[in-house]
Amino acid sequence: MKRVYVNEDVCLGCHLCEYECAFSTVKDRDDTGKINNMFKAFNRDVSPKSKIRIEELNGDNPEEKINFAVSCRHCETPYCVMGCITGALSQGEDGVIRINHDKCIGCRTCIVMCPYGCLVINNDKTMLKCELCTEHNETPACVKACPNRAIVYEERE
Amino acid sequence: MGKHTKYLIIGNSAAGIGAVEGIRIADPLGQILVISDEDYHTYSRPLISYWLEGKVADENIYYRDPDYYSSQDVQVKLGDKVLELNPSDKSVTLDTGEEIRFDKCLLATGSHPFVPPIKGKDTAKNATTFTKMEDALKADEIIKECELEGRKPKVIILGAGLIGLKACEAIYDQADEITILDLADRVMPSVFNKNASEVMEEFIKSKGINLLLQTSIDEILDKQVRLTNGETLDYDLLFLAVGTRPAVELAEGAGIETDRGIVVDPYQQTSEANIYAAGDCTLSFDISSQSVKNIAILPNAYIQGKYAGLNMAGQDVQTEELFPLNSMGFLGLHLITAGCYDGESIIVDDDGVYKEFFVKDNKLIGYIIIGTCERSGIYTHLIRKQTDLSEVDFDSLILEPTLSSFGKQDRFNKLSRPH
Repeated sequence: MKRVYVNEDVCLGCHLCEYECAFSTVKDRDDTGKINNMFKAFNRDVSPKSKIRIEELNGDNPEEKINFAVSCRHCETPYCVMGCITGALSQGEDGVIRINHDKCIGCRTCIVMCPYGCLVINNDKTMLKCELCTEHNETPACVKACPNRAIVYEERE
Repeated sequence: MGKHTKYLIIGNSAAGIGAVEGIRIADPLGQILVISDEDYHTYSRPLISYWLEGKVADENIYYRDPDYYSSQDVQVKLGDKVLELNPSDKSVTLDTGEEIRFDKCLLATGSHPFVPPIKGKDTAKNATTFTKMEDALKADEIIKECELEGRKPKVIILGAGLIGLKACEAIYDQADEITILDLADRVMPSVFNKNASEVMEEFIKSKGINLLLQTSIDEILDKQVRLTNGETLDYDLLFLAVGTRPAVELAEGAGIETDRGIVVDPYQQTSEANIYAAGDCTLSFDISSQSVKNIAILPNAYIQGKYAGLNMAGQDVQTEELFPLNSMGFLGLHLITAGCYDGESIIVDDDGVYKEFFVKDNKLIGYIIIGTCERSGIYTHLIRKQTDLSEVDFDSLILEPTLSSFGKQDRFNKLSRPH
């Protein structure tokens, strides 16, 4: 399956992926996939959360500074799905791991199970995760937004 | 001759469902029959406390979608109890008298609530254990009866472990007064170490809950208990939440090896060929303490079930690494525990979040976190893979779980390769 893969050597740490990810689940869009009403989508009090996060590693000098993006790996052995006590997390036949927000109770067992730290606690205390948001676009919003191909969406062996 | 099925699964909870999903990976067509003495569509046992609290709606207590059995092409017999398992002729006998033959059988029989031999327990009014849907329904009925009388119930909970505390959380807003009793000298002794128990005890008391440790019930009277300290307490609702014991009677009756849990090999097979076991009824090898024990938690039940299913369907795969692990919310406080608490202890008190790590032979073997900690699965994976801590920047990891504390090649493997 196609997944989001990271190239930390070229990540600028610009956080554009996080920004785009936060809005990736907004459904009210025009034919080109553009959000119709950004005022409505952006709520200053409870700002939407990103499912991808930039990590920063500061070395002893500026050249050693490293950034990279982390989002769900959609593992073949999905510890989060196996550990989910409610059945809210599931892996589709396409390999994508999705979450049913009506079923999630925010017990955080998935946080304890995930080897990569990819679950995010949403404003309502249920879990958020990358679902590859390919329903609006062929490419996930984070990858589309990346100016330097530090994340790519492709098949790898 | 009775009915025949290729796969027979006894138990309809996490381990049984894990087995269905394991079998279907390897054998999309083989006939599967699931038998359970509970007459419910598969539901999540840990959710009964959330249901009683009113946080989970009736339709969301189910572990899988309503059309699950038909979509997986699984036959079910719900409400029928298996009385006897006969390994030699690969058959079971049900309480209906029906006999069913199988090629492969999974024991996913779970556990029974353990109630200590207290005088009056069998005739106790308004008393319930708290492990099944029926228990939650009974508690709910008692709460509603009190409501009809225009009052909130007085509640006594015997057992300050996970089950007792989840019962406490469930009825916290619905109860007039709550008293938790435990014979042990601290709360959650099987999940916490002493430090974490103390934090929890303070929190329980700060919520106005009566906590009586080193105290149990001598006798249950008419909606009243006499405590071991001689005092008597009235109650409207009594939870008997001391703990659970693996349900091994079916295995024992069949001559399968048990030792306070069904003994299984790394492929989830029991001492009998063609008979497998998974979940709370089994013993597992705990990689964190390097010992064999009963680890009664849902994630392990599903994992064991899934691998049992794969092996029943002819694959040859060992179960994932297993160890205890809990994530628990209690009245807004979050607690995470994993592994065991031997070895050197490293305590990090970070901005109100309490973290304690346990290191042995330069490997992380356990941790406890009280308070919010995102990404703690990064710690869990160190236990799971028994990573040598010289390969990571452990000093920065214990402050914050990040992948930047791993080496570059490690990060590449994690983030730039499929797995």
